Amino acid sequence: MANSKSAYSSAGKKQKLDTHIIVVWVDNEAGVLARVVGLFSGRGYNIESLAVAEVDQKKNISRITIVTTGTPQVIDQIKLQLKKLVPVHKVADFKREDKNVIFKEMALFKFVANNGKLNKAIEACKNFNPVILDKTNKSNVIQITALRREIDNMSKNLKKFGLVSVSRTGAVAMTRGSEIFK
Amino acid sequence: MPKLYSGAEIVFKCLEDQNVSHIFGYPGGAVLPIYDELKNFNSVKHILVRHEQGAGHAAEGYARSTGKPGVLLVTSGPGATNAVTALTDAYMDSVPLVCITGQVPTHLIGTDAFQECDTTGITRPCTKHNWLVKDVNDLAEVIHKAFEVATTGRPGPVLVDIPKDIQFQKAKYKNFKNKQKLNGKSHNNYSQKNIDELINLISKAKKPIFYTGGGVINSGTKASELLRELVYATGFPITSTLQGLGCFPADDNQFLGMLGMHGTYEANNAMYSCDLMINVGARFDDRITGKIDEFSPKSKKVHIDIDPSSINKNVKVDLAIVGDIKSVLTSTLKTFKKTKKNFSKSNKFQISNWWEQIQKWRSKKSLEYIGSEQTIKPQYAIERLYELTKDKDTYITTEVGQHQMWAAQHYKFNKPNRWMTSGGLGTMGYGLPAAVGVQIAHPKKLVIDIAGEASVLMTMQEMSTAVQYNLPIKIFILNNEYMGMVRQWQELLHDKNYSESYTAALPDFVKMAEAYGCVGIRAKTPEELDDKIIEMLNSDRPVIFDCLVDKQENCFPMIPSGKPHNQMLLGPKDQKEKKITGKGRTLV
Repeated sequence: MANSKSAYSSAGKKQKLDTHIIVVWVDNEAGVLARVVGLFSGRGYNIESLAVAEVDQKKNISRITIVTTGTPQVIDQIKLQLKKLVPVHKVADFKREDKNVIFKEMALFKFVANNGKLNKAIEACKNFNPVILDKTNKSNVIQITALRREIDNMSKNLKKFGLVSVSRTGAVAMTRGSEIFK
Repeated sequence: MPKLYSGAEIVFKCLEDQNVSHIFGYPGGAVLPIYDELKNFNSVKHILVRHEQGAGHAAEGYARSTGKPGVLLVTSGPGATNAVTALTDAYMDSVPLVCITGQVPTHLIGTDAFQECDTTGITRPCTKHNWLVKDVNDLAEVIHKAFEVATTGRPGPVLVDIPKDIQFQKAKYKNFKNKQKLNGKSHNNYSQKNIDELINLISKAKKPIFYTGGGVINSGTKASELLRELVYATGFPITSTLQGLGCFPADDNQFLGMLGMHGTYEANNAMYSCDLMINVGARFDDRITGKIDEFSPKSKKVHIDIDPSSINKNVKVDLAIVGDIKSVLTSTLKTFKKTKKNFSKSNKFQISNWWEQIQKWRSKKSLEYIGSEQTIKPQYAIERLYELTKDKDTYITTEVGQHQMWAAQHYKFNKPNRWMTSGGLGTMGYGLPAAVGVQIAHPKKLVIDIAGEASVLMTMQEMSTAVQYNLPIKIFILNNEYMGMVRQWQELLHDKNYSESYTAALPDFVKMAEAYGCVGIRAKTPEELDDKIIEMLNSDRPVIFDCLVDKQENCFPMIPSGKPHNQMLLGPKDQKEKKITGKGRTLV
């Protein structure tokens, strides 16, 4: 330390990281996603997952949901930096543990197997609102909605029932109750 | 039916409505329609630079010395990429710039066309915002919005990319009404409660200090006046960052000099030991704080800043006041005068021990250096330059390196907007083109670029611009043949391995001046220095002044990396007295 040869100070102590879900309402215009994502990569923030789509076609508003990790200071910076972007209207931030917020991810599973295994696969998905989107003699496609960790587990555990392909979205979030975020 | 204007005309209609009198630029294929219209708009004068980076820095110099946005106009591809350094520089130092770039026609975008580049993609991280205009009907609104974003809140650069076909297409132009509203991103966001809290802290403090920065200057000259009023009314000491120099008179007794890596002993020790730090428009930059964990450990910290994301970014503060400095200081003074009449007198006793301590630190005379009769000491050169120019309203720009720090330490600024230097990005080659921009804005004033020989060579071609427009800028080069700051770090931290920091084949700057058609002057000894400086000042033409200085001189005091403020490295005089001990040696 005393012998540092750098023109810069050395890094401070490592702090605990929290997982947060950041929701950003933006003008749906060219390059807006690049601005948001570029802010994260440029300043060294994490993105664990990302979901984005237009939610108000009249006003051209898109809603971006980003799952990120960081120290409390970094999470604060993320929010404040996002708010400075010109196309950003508002920014909400929820802790993953927050009981007042619903988080959901969707996944599509494709199974290729015999009938017995396919039925077992459907059975295994039953806690996660399974929808059978496609079915043939030797395959099916099941849609589930669940939490990130649950989908992680499922995609590991279902290999034995012939899971061959997984496609999944980032998390989306919404508060419980009648209140909306202003 | 209303008159239709081409995109190129609309660009100038907008510039006229924004009261832009000068633009800095360089033509090229994708901006030719705009250049074609130049002749029809007499109120906008175009300054032809020699490199687009020069256009950017000139616009910065113009902006920082006037408080108005600087405008540059460059072509697509290399024109845009050359401007990126200046845009990044302006972003780091919060300088309002509007950069207009040409782009290949809309139907060729994405085809790797000649001189095409993803300008908005490249400049996204170095502008506050940028726009690619794909419909001529949006053009006027976008340009006006660009000026609004650049100049409101924390100022910064913006870019408008205009494809060539849009410059030809026609649209209506509605006259623009200048509405002074903020862009909703950065309005004042503080309450009277915050102000009361601040005044409460002020009245309790026993070891207070004001730490002020470029935000005061960006907030306008009125902000500097208010700051002075508050500092006098409290009787507190004040220190300033590199960018804040000039917002408080440097020759005033309450001013402790610049703080930070090359700041004075008294300023840094006061920052370390204070019990109340009032940060006004500064951003706790790493050159200021040193080791964050040990930064001013015992103080309550107040941070007044217009940018909410500056609060708690590097240093956690106890009281944040988000707002424009001018408006925050106005509220503070109003309440202060009402509740604390004659405060500076009644409070004198409470902070008298603090001032005594500061005087002790001051008596170290940390900016002193060992003089010489044979060679010109760089500090001496700046001192003489200051003495011989202090009666004039002088504008100083600098390049980046030792000379920049010596200028900040030894040239005393008493007014805001007189000091233009690249602090955040540290761009070598900033000073010469910035001086061009300053002189354009202030044709009758004395403009000096305090330069190093290495930095100035990076943008030397702009001398040609200065000659073309009869700009009598003075390029005062402290020539030590080294990249001085690199050499200093190598001496102190890399065992004197002067790897590639010596410039072996420097040009003859006097002959170079003559080749450019300006005046070249060389000073070799301390004896002749004054006469030569006077000769430079008496010239009404651009001058390159080659001041040959001591090649080994280092810039002190200095906080070694990763050290707190109270562990400074002082100059050679002090080191001799102290005899560097084992521990001291590991510091260097």
